[in-house]
Amino acid sequence: MTETLARKATARRVNRRQFLVGSMATGAGLTCGFSLLPTLIGGAGEALAAGNFSPTVWYTIDRGGIITVHITKSEMGQHVGTALAQAVAEELEADWKDIRIDYPDPAERWGLMVTGGSWSVNNNFDTLSRCGAAGRMALIEGGAKAMGVPEGECRAASSRVVHKSGKSISYADLVSSGKVDKTYSPDDLKKIQLKKAGDYKIVGKPVPALDIPAKTNGTARYGMDMFVPGMAYAKIARPSVRYGAKATNVDDSEAKNIPGYQQFVSVADPTGTATHYVMAIADSYPAAMAAANALKIEWDLGPNAGVSSDGILEHAKQLTADPAKGLSFWDIGDAGKALAGAATKLEAEYVTPLAIHAPLEPMNCVAFERDGTWHIYSGSQFQTRSGPLVAAAVGAKPEQVLIHQVYLGGGFGRRLEADAMVPAALAAKAVGKPVKLIYSREEDVQNDFFRTLTYQKMQGGLDAGGKLVVLTQDVCAAWATKRWGIEAFLSDSTDKKGKLDSFSVNGADSWYTIPNHHVRAIENDLAQAATPSGQFRSVAPAWTFWAVESFVDELAHKANKDPVAFRLAMLDATGRNAGTAPNSVGGAKRIAEVIKVAVDKSGYGKKQLPKGRAMGLAAVSSQERNTPTWTAGVAEVSVAKDGTVKLHKMTIAIDVGTMVNPDGVRAQVEGATLWGVSLALYEQASMKKGNIEQTNFDTYTPLRMSQVPELDIHVISTGNYPAGVGEPAVTVVAPAIANAVYNAVGARVRTLPLTPDKVAAAMKA
Amino acid sequence: MRILTINGFRRVVDMPDDTPLLWVVREHLQMTGTKFGCGAGLCGACTVHLSGEAVRSCQTSLADAAEGEVTTIEGLDPRGQHPLQRAWIAEQVPQCGWCQSGQIMQAASLLQRNPNPSDAQIVEAMDGNLCRCMTYVRIKKAIKRAAKDMRSGTKEI
Repeated sequence: MTETLARKATARRVNRRQFLVGSMATGAGLTCGFSLLPTLIGGAGEALAAGNFSPTVWYTIDRGGIITVHITKSEMGQHVGTALAQAVAEELEADWKDIRIDYPDPAERWGLMVTGGSWSVNNNFDTLSRCGAAGRMALIEGGAKAMGVPEGECRAASSRVVHKSGKSISYADLVSSGKVDKTYSPDDLKKIQLKKAGDYKIVGKPVPALDIPAKTNGTARYGMDMFVPGMAYAKIARPSVRYGAKATNVDDSEAKNIPGYQQFVSVADPTGTATHYVMAIADSYPAAMAAANALKIEWDLGPNAGVSSDGILEHAKQLTADPAKGLSFWDIGDAGKALAGAATKLEAEYVTPLAIHAPLEPMNCVAFERDGTWHIYSGSQFQTRSGPLVAAAVGAKPEQVLIHQVYLGGGFGRRLEADAMVPAALAAKAVGKPVKLIYSREEDVQNDFFRTLTYQKMQGGLDAGGKLVVLTQDVCAAWATKRWGIEAFLSDSTDKKGKLDSFSVNGADSWYTIPNHHVRAIENDLAQAATPSGQFRSVAPAWTFWAVESFVDELAHKANKDPVAFRLAMLDATGRNAGTAPNSVGGAKRIAEVIKVAVDKSGYGKKQLPKGRAMGLAAVSSQERNTPTWTAGVAEVSVAKDGTVKLHKMTIAIDVGTMVNPDGVRAQVEGATLWGVSLALYEQASMKKGNIEQTNFDTYTPLRMSQVPELDIHVISTGNYPAGVGEPAVTVVAPAIANAVYNAVGARVRTLPLTPDKVAAAMKA
Repeated sequence: MRILTINGFRRVVDMPDDTPLLWVVREHLQMTGTKFGCGAGLCGACTVHLSGEAVRSCQTSLADAAEGEVTTIEGLDPRGQHPLQRAWIAEQVPQCGWCQSGQIMQAASLLQRNPNPSDAQIVEAMDGNLCRCMTYVRIKKAIKRAAKDMRSGTKEI
């Protein structure tokens, strides 16, 4: 359904490229990477020396035997470099102590650079494994030659080529000899027999994450930690609307009294990232903050000055009520006819509010131009898009922008956006010197690229026997991906009538076998204009499964069936739900399995609980139909008379196929589960008069330690292809809690978060 | 102008008295282990020690800081081997890492006062420190591990 751009790009590159193992330049050791163009003459070393290599993934081995795996994914807490390096090291037969990672600065030749979607390991594991294996085979060939023995009698282990006699030579010595030189065609690479799950020595081991030590002693470098001689500080003075304002006059007579104030910059944004910036420039950040406050700015607030969350929701309801609006995302059977003929019908509306990423490192950027190159230091999840935006802002060519890799103080989708880079570069250009721009927390909250407000209408029909024969789901949201303007990220509607943003509906194409099933994707144009939305950890499945998994519970109750049995009956793994290799082998059966584990471990349906306390279940296939991670969750809650929900325990069962790094996987699942709890119970933003009402962590309130429930996490390795783990667990939490609240006190809440007022109101209903 | 004692060194700081210590430390002195998260004392990312007590450096003025001795994450242990730092690695706590200097400094102040904190005491001491990656489970484990190490006098060899 949704073939991602990442996948398309990777497939295209690997198909036409050769893989080269050879010495790139004198003294540089061994380089292993993809060629830019097919190599027609000479060996790998010659081609590499000529600069003919364009790797998306690559590594080098130096003369001391140190193997450096170059990571073109952003490190934002998922320890991605460690997991990717494990895949290489496994097939390369490297000793883990020889492994290092680095993060090369982005360049056109690295290909698409985007980190998100829980794609990194899932998309790269096979390629990385093959690259590691190709290196090993080249080293064995070179080693056999060097020892004067037949290649067939040699193997590799712990960074050495070993002959059956016991004689061996280290990778370091082989690299020093300069005698390793091998070229692989795409077909050669494809034919390499990779190890099976049982043969792994490094994959599947909880090796300590390579980025962690620097994050315990203050030495890890993030975007905000960069300094350039002679740099000034920039502080944005925001208008009182999120998007659409223009400054008509700026008076800095009071700002001039602030020591260290240099000047203001007032500039339209040619990229559309914002409409207009006014920035105070000063010697220090405190001075820039004070000066920004002192600027007297007249704003034309633009077309969104009257927009509110309530208005956006109302607009969504109107759009959804019009059957002509929107595009078909999923269309099985004849839903209209089936609804008309259903014995029992049920209808419900589900809402999720605006949510704020709020990475703990507020957005920031250091920007400067030197010798025709724009240097950008700013945590980024999407270098391929951000670079050209900076270029467009300052009137440079995309290849003149270099986004340096730094650690990200939280990603969660927030750093897919270039909204700190663009004004920093504009300011640096205007003042002719390096600029460091730092958002205040208030700006970071109010100027977010939000998780969109969503409105969903569900309709279901049961036959006389209580079987679900039809389900429809209308999903009305801002289309974050459409805002990016990248055609390849959009998908055809099922009837080919238009392009839709599948990242607004993924998950609604569920693995339940329902004979008539329709999903409509509707763009909320008001939300699109007034609340520029972004991708937010777990993306659409956070709201599609909120609706599906709540509504399926409602339907089960309506049919007088046990919600677990009701689900299992629909998870028959037949037809389109049987699954395909590699990602969804086993299909819907794997959801059924994780449901059984979650039920068994939590005691759902068995454990005796006092009045007002109960469990609820949900199960998902997040993120995309092509990249499912089968996950089930059981929430155990008690509900107080005033509607306060106490979440005692979350039990999670997640089938990740293969764990490349079990402890890293567990850390991601812990974080994702609690992220889900935070969104289900505590986080909500709202718009009034075109501006976000919340400002800082007193009004926007992510989960704190005192709110952490007991976690019982069961990560299941089925030996299948590795699945993404950064997001899926987020998406089971809210429906599991809502279903538990219903089971505890009979209150059905359909709007997140489940705050006491909403629960109390539903208890009275 | 003030003379600031920080991690045992005396540094001359030519900034206004009311400048938040946070900006003095991380932008003026370029000791970037101390992180900016909210600027309002709501997240704990900027936590440092002032004469041994955990304080939010975004809420502490340069003038007040100059009255005592400031310790940042860089000065918690000369080799970065404080029991908490070792426990943070052993439990693989950090994800993005931005909040962790503040978490460690807050926890260090707790363990100085209370070498054997209960779960409830840990939560009480740490509830002001946000972690957006939600590493709370591991933070709690690491504090208990470090407390145990400190009580038993375990030393790194």
